[in-house]
Amino acid sequence: MKANMVEAINMCLKQEMERDNSIVTLGEDVGIDGGVFRVTEGLYNEFGRERVIDTPLSESGIIGVAIGMAAMGLRSVPEIQFQGFEYNAFHQIVQHAARLRNRTRGQFTVPMVIRLPCSGGIHALEHHGESLEAVYLHIPGLKVVYPSSPYDAKGLLAASLKDGDAVLYFEPKRLYRAYKEEVPEEEYDIELGKANILKEGKDVTLISWGAMTFVSKDAVEEVERQGVSVEHIDLRTLAPCDWETITKSVSKTGRAVIVHEASKTMGFGAEITTRITEDCFLNLEAPVRRVAGWDIQIPYPKIEEYYFPDKRRVIKGILETVKF
Amino acid sequence: MPIQRVFEGSIDNVQILDKDGNIDQKLDPKLPNDLLDRMYRHMVLAIIWDKKCIALQRTGRMYTYASLEGQEAISVGASLALDEKDWFFPTFRETIGYYIRGVPLETVNLNWMGEEDGLKLDKKTRCFPYAVPIGTQHAHAVGAAYALKFRKENAAVLVCGGDGSTSEGDFHDAMNFAGVLDVPCVFLISNNQWAISVPRKWQTKSETIAQKALAYGFKGMQIDGNDIVAVYKTVREAMENARSGKGPFLIEAITYRIGPHTTADDPKRYRNDEEVNYWKDRDPIKRLKIYMTKKGIWTERYEQEVNDWATKIVEDGVKKAEEYKPDPKDMFRYLYATMTKDMEKQMNECFEEKGGNE
Repeated sequence: MKANMVEAINMCLKQEMERDNSIVTLGEDVGIDGGVFRVTEGLYNEFGRERVIDTPLSESGIIGVAIGMAAMGLRSVPEIQFQGFEYNAFHQIVQHAARLRNRTRGQFTVPMVIRLPCSGGIHALEHHGESLEAVYLHIPGLKVVYPSSPYDAKGLLAASLKDGDAVLYFEPKRLYRAYKEEVPEEEYDIELGKANILKEGKDVTLISWGAMTFVSKDAVEEVERQGVSVEHIDLRTLAPCDWETITKSVSKTGRAVIVHEASKTMGFGAEITTRITEDCFLNLEAPVRRVAGWDIQIPYPKIEEYYFPDKRRVIKGILETVKF
Repeated sequence: MPIQRVFEGSIDNVQILDKDGNIDQKLDPKLPNDLLDRMYRHMVLAIIWDKKCIALQRTGRMYTYASLEGQEAISVGASLALDEKDWFFPTFRETIGYYIRGVPLETVNLNWMGEEDGLKLDKKTRCFPYAVPIGTQHAHAVGAAYALKFRKENAAVLVCGGDGSTSEGDFHDAMNFAGVLDVPCVFLISNNQWAISVPRKWQTKSETIAQKALAYGFKGMQIDGNDIVAVYKTVREAMENARSGKGPFLIEAITYRIGPHTTADDPKRYRNDEEVNYWKDRDPIKRLKIYMTKKGIWTERYEQEVNDWATKIVEDGVKKAEEYKPDPKDMFRYLYATMTKDMEKQMNECFEEKGGNE
């Protein structure tokens, strides 16, 4: 069926909750209201208040309680309404969700999927447009999944809901209703930790995830018309990251451009750049280039367009790298 | 009527066995002799173990250790009051409860000796690994209690904390969620008067910690935490109520930390001997001993037998812990369910430089 990202995630949650009776979802407004983005629409009626829990308004409470649930055999799926508020639960994620398996040497685990409407570009309020992947990529023990299309969103969530570890599942709000594509109604998993080569090419490797993959696709089409052959990799999972696919591609093309919407300094682009330098140094024809958000706080909606990398900036990044 | 009183509440303080070993005739739960024996011997064990750990730390055989002296009635009484199916969420000062519920003593020692294997707790004991960040366990306990309720298990959760932990946001989160979700969770707060150097009165302006329960829509009670009979009876009843669907409960157990916060703390910097002596006079073991003497259960011979029994367990637990050889590679192995290629690479690099695993 044709589905946008909201519909794809919703379909996945329904199917997985039917398959696995231990899945419970909890968060602010996820029940009767179906979530402020309607991602959990219909779940309350189908599965009831025991499995679709409208919680008190507290991010730290939601995550703390969800950790206890997961450690005790439920598969909890907490939603943080906007990722910018996830800081309020940061200590629970870092001190417990990430650590419980290791500190009990495998006796207790946290098979929890934190759903995180994230990323900007929808003219939302302050604290409503963050993309905090880099913060969590610095924390050993967490998995970070960041889909860029309705098809991927369904398959990656299905796999996350069967994973043994705490997964942070990023949902770029800008893509929620951006477009529809064919999403199979039957269940399927997309393996975590494997990148997706969207398009093969020979001149330059473009690495992106989430909403920036969507933005970059347009840019890639444009430069291809100008005769530049781009290998476009969508990471799908940032932790664990598929370094093999990245280094193999860059060793072939000799050039790399990384696009992410979070601010540039200490963003995941910095780590990818380092890895490429470590593993592909002798194959490099140009410096690795990052096209990223500026090192400022995300502006209020009226001027936010200046912040996010757009088609023009991605094209510029590709061409400058190819012509270096 | 322009003014209506919309809320009223009060908190009771309960003591059954007073400091001189006299039992309140009305409240006396008439505990059987074998239970009194278990209470007594495990409190003695707790103190012998405690003193041993401090000695080990002083001689470099253990890292920083948190003493429980003075508070032994709470962890012993509470863990004995639980059913086998209940879950126990202690703090690091209540690990005698782990032992009572079946965790080997050497396992707990391992943790103080600096090895993660010390929290490798067999799930069959229904003991949850204690949290080091203060108060975070309260929220986990509520989630756990939700899971028990969800599966319709005839069981409840007992979560422990200190007076300091009630200042954390996690305590508020947990109490609020517990009330709203109506889960079978009993909160047991050991109010030992001090959070390292900060006195109880600087933690909260509230007259009692127990009264905080009222704000979250359930009941609370203050008890003499050095009275093991009151601890046992109150926890037992609260857990029974929780199991039968009557929801959460808060117990504030008034006690005193006789020793330092940890072996790294010097309490002389912030409190005087007079205060410590006041509480030493309220020793939990002493009063149970007097009560058991009156009942004819405690004798010099019994004391000797209990001490020998406890010493043997402690010595055995220390020996086994000191003989234990952890596998350092475990620090990489247990990060994820399946080791990533990156982890494997780093693990190999780590042990290559150190010359292997030996």
